[in-house]
Order: sequence, then structure tokens, then C-alpha cells
Amino acid sequence: MNDTLKRIFDSDLWYSFKRHPLVIVAAILSLACILGAVFAPLLAPHNPFDLKTLNLLDAFTPPAWSASGKGQFLLGTDDQGRDVMSTIMYGSRVSLTVGICAVALSMVIGITLGLISGYVGGALDSFIMRVADVQLSFPAILIALLIDGVARVVIGKNGHDEVAIYVLIFAIAASGWVQYARTVRGSTLVERNKEYVQAARVIGRRPLAIMFSHVLPNVMGPVFVLATLHVGAAIITEATLSFLGVGVPPTQPSLGTLIRIGNDFLFSGEWWITVFPGIMLVILVLSINIIGDWLRDALNPKLR
Amino acid sequence: MVYQIRNSIRRNGQNFERVGAKLLGLMNKPLIFFTAVLLSVGMLSAPTASAKSIVYGTQDEPQTLDPHAANLAVTNRLLSNVYEGLVERDKDFKLTPWLATSWTQPDASTWRFKLRPNVKFHDGSTFSADDVVFSVQRALHPLSQQKISLQGVDSARKVDDLTVDFVMREPNPVLPNHLTQLRIMSRAWAVKNKAETPQNYKDAEDTFASRNANGTGPFMVKDRQPDVRTVLVAHPNWWNKNSPERGNVTEVTLRPIKSSPTRIAALISNEVQFVNDPQPQDVPRMRSSPGVKITEGQEARVQFLAFDQHRDELLYSNVKGKNPWKDVRVRQAVAHAIDAEAIRTKVMRNLAVLTGTIIAPGDQGFFKDADKRLPYDPERAKKLLAEAGYPNGFSVTLDCGDNKPAPDICQAIAPMLAKVGINTTPNVMPTGTFFPKLQKFDTSFYLLSWTTPTSDALYTLQSLLRTQVPNASGGDNNFGRYSNKTLDSLIDRFRVETDLKKRDALIGEALTLINREMSIVTLHRPIIPWAMRANVNAILPPNAVPYFFRFNVK
Amino acid sequence: MLAFIIRRLLQSVLVMLTVGFIAFSLFNFVGDPVSLMLPPEATQADRDEVRKSLGLDQPFYVQFGTFLGNAVQGNFGISLRLGRPVSQLLAERLPATLELAMTAAVFGLLVGIPMGVYTALKRDKWTSKVLLTGSLVGVSLPNFLIGIFLILIFAVWLGWLPSFGRGETTAIGFWTTGFLTTEGLKAIILPAITLGFYPITLIMRLVRAEMLEVLRTDYIKFARARGLTNNAVHFGHALKNTLVPVITITGLQLGAIIAFAIITETVFQWPGMGLLFIQAVQFADIPVMAAYLCLIGFIFVVVNLVVDLLYFAVDPRLRVERSGSGGH
Repeated sequence: MNDTLKRIFDSDLWYSFKRHPLVIVAAILSLACILGAVFAPLLAPHNPFDLKTLNLLDAFTPPAWSASGKGQFLLGTDDQGRDVMSTIMYGSRVSLTVGICAVALSMVIGITLGLISGYVGGALDSFIMRVADVQLSFPAILIALLIDGVARVVIGKNGHDEVAIYVLIFAIAASGWVQYARTVRGSTLVERNKEYVQAARVIGRRPLAIMFSHVLPNVMGPVFVLATLHVGAAIITEATLSFLGVGVPPTQPSLGTLIRIGNDFLFSGEWWITVFPGIMLVILVLSINIIGDWLRDALNPKLR
Repeated sequence: MVYQIRNSIRRNGQNFERVGAKLLGLMNKPLIFFTAVLLSVGMLSAPTASAKSIVYGTQDEPQTLDPHAANLAVTNRLLSNVYEGLVERDKDFKLTPWLATSWTQPDASTWRFKLRPNVKFHDGSTFSADDVVFSVQRALHPLSQQKISLQGVDSARKVDDLTVDFVMREPNPVLPNHLTQLRIMSRAWAVKNKAETPQNYKDAEDTFASRNANGTGPFMVKDRQPDVRTVLVAHPNWWNKNSPERGNVTEVTLRPIKSSPTRIAALISNEVQFVNDPQPQDVPRMRSSPGVKITEGQEARVQFLAFDQHRDELLYSNVKGKNPWKDVRVRQAVAHAIDAEAIRTKVMRNLAVLTGTIIAPGDQGFFKDADKRLPYDPERAKKLLAEAGYPNGFSVTLDCGDNKPAPDICQAIAPMLAKVGINTTPNVMPTGTFFPKLQKFDTSFYLLSWTTPTSDALYTLQSLLRTQVPNASGGDNNFGRYSNKTLDSLIDRFRVETDLKKRDALIGEALTLINREMSIVTLHRPIIPWAMRANVNAILPPNAVPYFFRFNVK
Repeated sequence: MLAFIIRRLLQSVLVMLTVGFIAFSLFNFVGDPVSLMLPPEATQADRDEVRKSLGLDQPFYVQFGTFLGNAVQGNFGISLRLGRPVSQLLAERLPATLELAMTAAVFGLLVGIPMGVYTALKRDKWTSKVLLTGSLVGVSLPNFLIGIFLILIFAVWLGWLPSFGRGETTAIGFWTTGFLTTEGLKAIILPAITLGFYPITLIMRLVRAEMLEVLRTDYIKFARARGLTNNAVHFGHALKNTLVPVITITGLQLGAIIAFAIITETVFQWPGMGLLFIQAVQFADIPVMAAYLCLIGFIFVVVNLVVDLLYFAVDPRLRVERSGSGGH
């Protein structure tokens, strides 16, 4: 254990991390966001999903520091009388879950196809890459919208709300695999001809084993960078879909849903309902992106 | 692919430069053009806005121009400016002769209407008895959603060019009130354009009359792009153009702007001069915005909740084998569980009047004693539910359209019902999905708002609460298929009762029965004001129809 | 040469066929045209009748063929929501979206390129670092938030610019343009900035990366060795060479920008195809969804094809490259 820690602290990456104060701040912030979301049921002052605890008469309470604010609602309440801080914590839970699950699923699909494409080559490679090309012509948001629209027709509106979150994860994942596939394929093409792979082949290891135990670890660097940045993008995609009204249902609000709800009250002076979730979204995505950006530069020897 | 190209180009400096130069040459022109355009923005002077045109921002698209295909408030609001009825409302909302100049009842089963001479349609043709007979036929067609406007009418018969007899199937003492909703179309025009039958609105049929209009009204449809804009211009040959009520607006552009903040922002920045449906929360801010003013009225609209009381098992509920809504105690529990006052202050921001009855004061048949709500009493609600056999409550889906403030009301109701044990999931959907869903009875519990355009209780009770009668106007909008024999017979009796005193008594009895039965749960009458630029003058009538010919722009 | 062009064309056709197939599946399997067209109380006989009249009793490939035939002629059926031909609806809204997308792309280039050049040349200056971090903020700000805040500031607080719609448009044949009136020009500013925000970031980072790589090449070192001034090297050689891929990628991004316009159009109620599409998704209006998909696919294929052929015409070396393995 100590050895591992020691190795981490001695690494170039750690050295670079220490020298970037912005990245440190971003790491702390995103960690705080993630912890707040994970432990929301323990930390949040209220449970906004428990309808029985809501009181409409609490609605539109401004943040605690303003004249008519109430101490129990630090960031004020929304139109249904839900505590904004609690909805943000629960909302980021939904946003993060969707973002991380979508990226994980995307990675699995992309890496598998990329490895196969790069290692096997030939017609299969062309086919996968053609599909990737076609898909690349449609931006993630459009594909996600299409999948969501189709799900709406197939499942019907009444069933849709219950599975909306899975549909959303799948939609975002299905729209993001191409980048992984391309990166992994590119690296695989390079690795494939390296001596260690040929050596493995000579000693009779199966292609699948070679791909996963030898080639994969060597392409994980760029994939990891991609994934970090992709989490930010996936959270934005989710927020956008929810903002457009085709994401998660308002009974299970994500940050995007909260912003959409609050948007109706922005001009009537109840700015806190939309501004706080908006700030949270930006902080979350920005800190993830800063880390991803730093990782990319730190792992790219050319730019050092 | 791009990656390959870039790499291969980079490898060859010389060629690379050539390609660059070529592409740059291609790119330069639009860049320069755009820069020039940008620069010229500042130099061009703002156009002098014609004082007599207004842009009308509203949250919904009018859906169709066919006067008989749908009975939706948004469509009626627009078409009231384009088509006219035999009878209309004047400035003070009194019934007044319009395309008819007078009417008599020669015998019990006939109404005779004298028509106004020298009335021109938008296409220049002259209005005559043929058009009335045709419009009656068309509005009685099975596809028509305006059959209620001809309550009791069997057919119309031409007597001479300017006289029409309405032959009654059964008496209707308030026929002139109903006829305000019968919009007269040109027969020749409809025949020429193969629009003799109403458009099939439910299945989104595309007909000439759903895209074009030819009425006798003060405005003609000049241009229509669904969802983008509908432009109305003054009808130069309008028969009533010298009316003292007439304002100076000559062009109206309707723009559907779904998002409320955008709509209000557009009004404040003067891109839109008139908004008929501001959200309650924006009203205080608009009152304090310079250049914008608020006009209040007494809208006769009522928000209410209705239940599927027909099926033996609800579609969207966890109760199996029985339908809880069939038990009056459960319906009363809902009424007790809802804190209507909190909805009025928080969601409606005081822009509503609580009501316990579906008929508004001012409408014929309003019965004061029926205008009482059950008090907000969650404990009583729980007790009623327990008595009815649901001590642990049940779950149900509440359907709502997405027109504000309906979704906000639904969201507010859900926690209130949850507190007494009815776990309610609001299901908000676009209006275009919501109404067809209701028409298919595909609902367990819904929120609807209702206005009585005839200002007479018959229209509402007949349409909302009477048992459905196949191929007749009864129960048209009774989507929960509520059915009560006593109520039906009361409605059937006052429908044909010509003695107004007796009639009012019967209506009062019906309204009391509805309350006792808690057939529907009424919440409040919204008083949504109109918002407009300070230089626009308009009166907000109880039916909330903007009659643009009465608008004045300074 | 001919072989390459033919192959590229074939590939494009293949892509379009794939897209067409997806659209067809949407149309026929997801949408169930029969139940969409009939009232719920229709009998089985009615259903069979309609099924037959729509040709749904035909074998699969015949149906697909008919669909393609119709699609090529621009016939995508009737919108379920608006009850009008889809092709007509799209044609009415196409100019609005294209004008918005082009303006946003041009705006992105005009702002993004100088920023990219600056950050590449002054790599270590703090302003560059601020710009780079700032560009991250640009990526992290969701499009709709930018739009909302721009409306709040410029339309509501300052009252300078319109907050929705296209303003006054002028019809030139079937095309309606907002470029010829002051109102139209004012109306496009906020949406174009909103939509151009992401391209700015992308272009800036692309230009920076390209510049940095080009500046490292031998040919630039050579130019310096020839005694050219810094400016001549940076702008005469490095930037010019950087711009080719940048403009290409921006061109290729046009499809993405058009699709991204969905969000901007919703926020600004811009009457383009995106607004039509999002309403179609909410309403499950399959014909509109299918047609929009085909249109976006078509735009992408055409842009790609043009770019490829253009390069091919200019650089004969590509031929060798292309006929090789293509493994980069």
C-alpha cells in the first residue's frame, strides 16, 4: 500500500499536478461535488423526492441571507417549496449518475469495437469505421434526441418516465462511442506491429488475450483522458436534453431539469431557483474539464 | 479522414501553401461580405414602425383555421377575428345582432333570422342565406367539434336570400347565446376548394380550409406559417368598418412563443405588443416595467379536476379490480386534501378566485349557494379514504396539458394528495398530445380548464357532465365518462325549459347535485390579465377573446 | 483518378443508404403508420385495407425501395402534428437554420482564429493562459445557459437586441432571408453568438495546436534560416498553412452546427428546422424526425464529398495515399 502511494507521489503526474494550482482547486471542487451527490441522503437538509414533506406555502422562499429568507432553506426554495440546496444535491446525483454511467458504457462499446477494428483489420475494420463515420456526421445531441424520441414512441409516454433515466444513459452512451473506438483503433494499429505484441503472438497467445492483456493497457492513457472530458460533455448533454424537456422527468430532477424549471422564474425575480443549479452545473463540468485538459497535456510528451 | 488529409498535406509544404491560398481566396469573399454587413447594422436607421400594426405573442399555435374542426380556446381566439356569427358580443359583452339583424320565434320549433344585407366575404363575394344554411350543415357534420353551437337545432332552411329558418329538434331558449359560436363560412368558397366537410382535426388532416380562411370578419388571413406566424390584415370591405367601437389596428401578426420568459422578454423589448397569457409570476414585474401595462378582466374560466368514473379498473393506478373514483368519499377526500388557497397564493400569485362551482358569476344559471368549496382538511381526507377502504391510500397518474399554469398546478397538487395517501404522479404533455389522449378516454385523472363561451350554464353542463350520447352533443367533453341519471334528467329538463325562472331553479339543483356528488373538483377561476405595450388600448372581455378590431394603438 | 471519384461517390451513396434505412425503420417499424392513420375504433378490415393501400403487405425490399424513391423526390409524408407535407415544412425552415449556422460558423472563425494565433505565439504569457482556461469555461457552459444569459443581459436589461425570432424577412424566390433588413440582422446576433460559442473554442484550440506543430516543422525553421522576419514567418507561412485544415474542419463541423442549432433555436424561438425537430421529438412526430435525419445526413455527405474531391483536385499525392492502406 505504502509502495503504491509512494509511486504515485513520485510520479511525473503528481509533480505536474502539484505545480498546477488551478487543477488542485478543480480536483477539490469536483471531489466535493461528487461526495455531496453520493452522500446526499445523509447530508441534504431535506429529501425533495418525498412529496409528503413538501409544503407549498414554503414555495419561493429566497436564500437565507436575504431579508425574507428562512434559516432552514440556505439557498431558498423552488416553486414547489423544495429546498434548493437539497434539490441541487439530489439533482447532481442524477446528473453524475447519468454522466458516469453513459461514459462507462460508451467506453466499453468503443474500446471493444476499436480493439477489434484495429487488431483484426480488413473488412470488419472498414465496416466499423464506416459506421463510425456515419455516426460522426450526427452530433451526440441529435443522436441522443433521436433515441429518446424513438423510445417515447416505443414505450409510450406513461411508461417512459420510469425508464427515462436508462434511456438517457443509453442515448448518451450510444452517441459517444466513436471517439473511443477511433482512438483505440489508432493506438492498436501502432501497437500491433510492435515487438512485444509480435513476441506474444509468436509464443502462441490468442489474439483476444493479446488484445486485452497487452494492447489494451498501452492505449488506456489517451482513453482515460477522453473519458474524463467525456464525463463533462455527457453531463452537459444530459442537462441539455432535460432542459429541452426530453430528459429525466421533473419528479426526478437533474440539474438540467432544475434549470428549466427555474428558467420560468428568472424574470420574475426568483433568480435563485435557476442560478444556483446553473452555477453548480458549470462548476461541476468546468472542474472536470480542467482536470481532463490537464491530464491530456500531462500525458502528452510532445507538449511538455 | 480529415486527419489523413491534414497529415498528407502537412508533409508537402509547397503544395500545402497552394491549397491554402486557394481555399483562402474562396473564403475571403463571404468574410468581407459579412464584415460589411456587420458594419452596416449600426448605420442603418431603425424603420419607423407603423403605428397600426401589432404583434400578438401567445404560447400556443392556433392549430387550424377551420372554424368547425376544433373547439380550442386558442383557435377560437384567432378565428373570432376572421369569421363572424349571426349574433356576437358587443363592447360590454351583451348579445348583439351581428350577421343577423333580428330574430323571432314564429312557432315553438322555429327560429327565424333576418340577415344583414351587403355583407362581403374576404374574397369579395356577398353573404347570403345559402352561406348560413351551409355553415349549419357543416357544423352539424359528424367531424365537427362545434355541434354544441347548434344545441337543439335540427337544420336550417333558406326562406329568401336574407332570411333563414332554424328548425329545432328540441327547444333551446338560449339559442342566440350558442350562435355566437357558430362561425359562418362562404358556401361557394368551400365548394370550390373542396372543404365542404370539416377537417378531421384529431388525425391532423390537411385541408384547404385548415390552411386558409374566408370569413366576413374584420380581419383576413394574409399569411400563415404554422408554428411561425399568422398574419391578419384589415378587411377593407368589412360591413361594420364605421362602427364607433372600431379601433385603428390594421395588421395583427400572431406569433406562437412557447417559452413564457421569452414571450415576456419580447413584450418588454417591444418585439411583441400584446400577450394574452402572461404567467402569474411575471405580472408584478410587468406592472413595474416602463412601457408595459396590464389590463385585467373577469375571465369566466374555471380550473377543475376530473376523474375516470367509468372503468371498473383504473388504467394508471395500483388499485386492481376496482375503481376508487367511483366512491364519492374518495372524490371528497381529494377535495379536502387540496389546499386551494395555497395554490391561489403561490402558483397563481393571487391572480385567481377560489370557486366551488363550474359556472362563473355573470353566466346565466350561476347559483351562489353552490359556490362553496369543501374546507382544506387533510385529516378528514384521510378518514374518508379509510372509510372507503383505502387506509393506506393508492397511487394514480394525473394528466395535464403543458399550457401554463396547468403544469404548475399539477405539480403543486401532487404533494398535497401524497400527504393523505394518494400518491399522485403528474404527467405533463404537450397540448397537441393531451387533448387527443382525453378524447380517447385514455386517462384516470386530469386537470382541465373550462370557459363557458355562451355565458350560459347549459353549454357547460351539457358538455362536461352529461352522460355521453352517441352522435349528439351531450357529454362532448366528459372525458371521465361521469354518468348520473338524476343529473342527466335535470339537464334534459332545463335544456328545453323556456321559463327562465324555472330553468334557473333546475340549474341550481343540478349544480348542488354536482357538489354533493363531487362529480368534479373545482379549484379556482384564474384572472389572467392581458399584458400589452402602454400605447395599446384593449378591453379584456369575460370570454378572453381579443377582438382586434376594438384595439387602439396610439 | 476516376476510380477514386467513383469510389468516393459509392461510399457516399452507401452512407446515405444507411441513413435512409434508419429513417425507413423509424417510419415503418417504430411509427406503425396504420395505427397512426386510423381511429382507435377501426376494425381489422379497416386496418388491412389501409395496410394494403400503403403497400405494407409488400415484401420488405419493395417497401424500402418505395421509401427511397419517395425520399429522393423529397416526399416524406405528412407531419402528424401539423398535418402538412414534411418536405414543405422543412423547406420553409431551411433558410432560417442555414443562415444561423453560417453566421455562427463565420463568427466562430473571426473570433477563434485570432485567439488561436495569439495563444500559440505567446504561449507562455499569462493572457494566453487566461484565454485557454477561459475557453474551457466556454466548453463547460451549456449552450442554453449562454442563450438565457444573453437574453437576460442584451434583450431584457439593456434592450438592445431582440430576444426571439428572425425579425423581418425578405423572400427571394423560395428563400427567405433576414440579412436584408435591420431587424433581421439584429435578430441574428444573439443566436449566432450563442451557437458560435462552441466553434470559437474549438477553432481557437485547433489553430493553436496546428500553429504549434507547424512552427516546429523543418520548413518553418528553414524560413527563419532564410532570414525572414517573425511576422512573415508567423503570418505568411505558419498561419496560412494552419488555416487549411482549420477551415476544412469548420466546414465539416457545419453539419454539427446545424444540429446544435436545435438548442439555440429552442431558446430563441428561431423558426428553423431545429425547433421543428424538437417539437417533433416531444410529439413523437415520426415523419418529421425521419426527414430531418435524412437531411442532416445528406448535408454531411455532401460537405465531406466536396472537401474530399477538392483536396483530390489540388493534391495529386492523395491518390497514392488513398490507394494505400489508409492506416493513420
